[in-house]
Amino acid sequence: MFQNFGEMLLLFVAVGRALPRVWRERRKVAEQLFDIGNASLFMACTLSLFIGGVLALQTGPVLVERGLGSALGGLVALGLCKELAPVMMAVLIAGRIGSAMAAELGSMRVYQEIDALRTLNINPVHYLVLPRVVAISLALPCLVVFANLVGWLGGAIVSLLNDRIAVSWSGYFGNIRETVDFSDVANGLVKSFVFAVVIGVVSCHQGLTTLGGPRGVGRSVTKAVVNSLVLILLLDYVLTRMLLPFDKGWRF
Amino acid sequence: MASPVPPPTSPTATGIPVAVRGLRKSFGDQAVLKGVDLDIRAGEVFVLMGPSGSGKSVFLRHLIGLEAPDTGEILLGGELATSEGLGERYRLAMVFQSGGLLNSLTVGENVGLYLSEHQLKPTAEIARIVAEKLAAVRLEPSVAVKYPTELSGGMRKRVAIARALVTDPQLVLFDEPTSELDPLVALAIGREIVGLNHRTGATIVVVTHDRDLAFGIADRIAFLDGGEIAAIGTPAEMRASRHPLLQQFLAADFKPE
Repeated sequence: MFQNFGEMLLLFVAVGRALPRVWRERRKVAEQLFDIGNASLFMACTLSLFIGGVLALQTGPVLVERGLGSALGGLVALGLCKELAPVMMAVLIAGRIGSAMAAELGSMRVYQEIDALRTLNINPVHYLVLPRVVAISLALPCLVVFANLVGWLGGAIVSLLNDRIAVSWSGYFGNIRETVDFSDVANGLVKSFVFAVVIGVVSCHQGLTTLGGPRGVGRSVTKAVVNSLVLILLLDYVLTRMLLPFDKGWRF
Repeated sequence: MASPVPPPTSPTATGIPVAVRGLRKSFGDQAVLKGVDLDIRAGEVFVLMGPSGSGKSVFLRHLIGLEAPDTGEILLGGELATSEGLGERYRLAMVFQSGGLLNSLTVGENVGLYLSEHQLKPTAEIARIVAEKLAAVRLEPSVAVKYPTELSGGMRKRVAIARALVTDPQLVLFDEPTSELDPLVALAIGREIVGLNHRTGATIVVVTHDRDLAFGIADRIAFLDGGEIAAIGTPAEMRASRHPLLQQFLAADFKPE
């Protein structure tokens, strides 16, 4: 997977240099945002509801047994906003949107649409990559905000309804208010932004470098998803370590 | 806002000459072009023929900058094809074998893409130019709202030609313009190419296997064999050529045994 790492970095730099054009490409960014939201929001909310629920179900009884049931809300909320929501949403977006981007650009490459753009003096990075990377970078942090809220709600429902936990609604959310800082949420949002850029650049790179016919498109899609997932999980550790000094700040 | 590309300023283009010197290109161990030398005159219809895999399409892609040569040089209008700002001084266009139309855009958006993307004209003016260019390739204005996937192969090729016309090009490259088309549509496309040359004076380079098309439209023909120019001349000179593969190529008609 590291064979094309240099090319991906160059594409990342090219997208960065093209950022001043983003207002001109706003219509395409909006179209991409609509597609991403349409394809992912419902699934993101469903996934988060159950992740929050499972987190409460796994940790709740253990905490209650030790007389720490009142800490459950904070634990679920921190776990979600700092780790699970950004990583799980990134995995979801890599599978659902990254793969679609690689397939679309790969098909365009195979059917000479990208060559045609070049002959019209239209830079494919400006026309195709910039709107996609900007849209995914805006969409993923927004999805993480939704995932946090719905995940917290999922944890609250399980905490309230499960007999072995039975933490009240007010106790659960009160503990979230006491425990979770703004910096904890921001931490997850920063991670998700970086993951989004990685997914966008990796997927667009795979699409633009597709060779061969439909089999080549299939290969690009697989590589886009696998490479994105590997980089997300590697960067997750690096980012967590880098963001540790910023852990304490505002309190909700 | 300054435009990076030249706006189509005149209704008629003047063709530019193309000179190719010692062009070599390999992909891995496979040498595709082995030192091509060629002069294409301004305003002529030049056809490059040859068997499959002889490097015709690769040659064409070099002319418009989609491939970079390993060695050798290409001169467009007397300037190196790699010169800074060449795209601002000369207008080039290519019609791809598959058409290369963007399937996510309507026909109208495809044809007007060059103008809209470079913000060269207001929207109403672009719509007028699109209708004019569609009419030039004998397509109804109603086609503008359709998507490329809703069109036949021949119509897609015509739309691709209309898109190329929007730039008022001085050099137009056609890659297998009649592949996958029935003989009547192929004939119509051949007429479009000749008509384009007569109307605009643009230099036209066509890569094709189609002997009827080649001999019907060409001012001159070159025969590419194994990455080298094996023969070059007018259609009459090519018919008289003694190059064995060219003779086989010209005589290859199916006869039931």
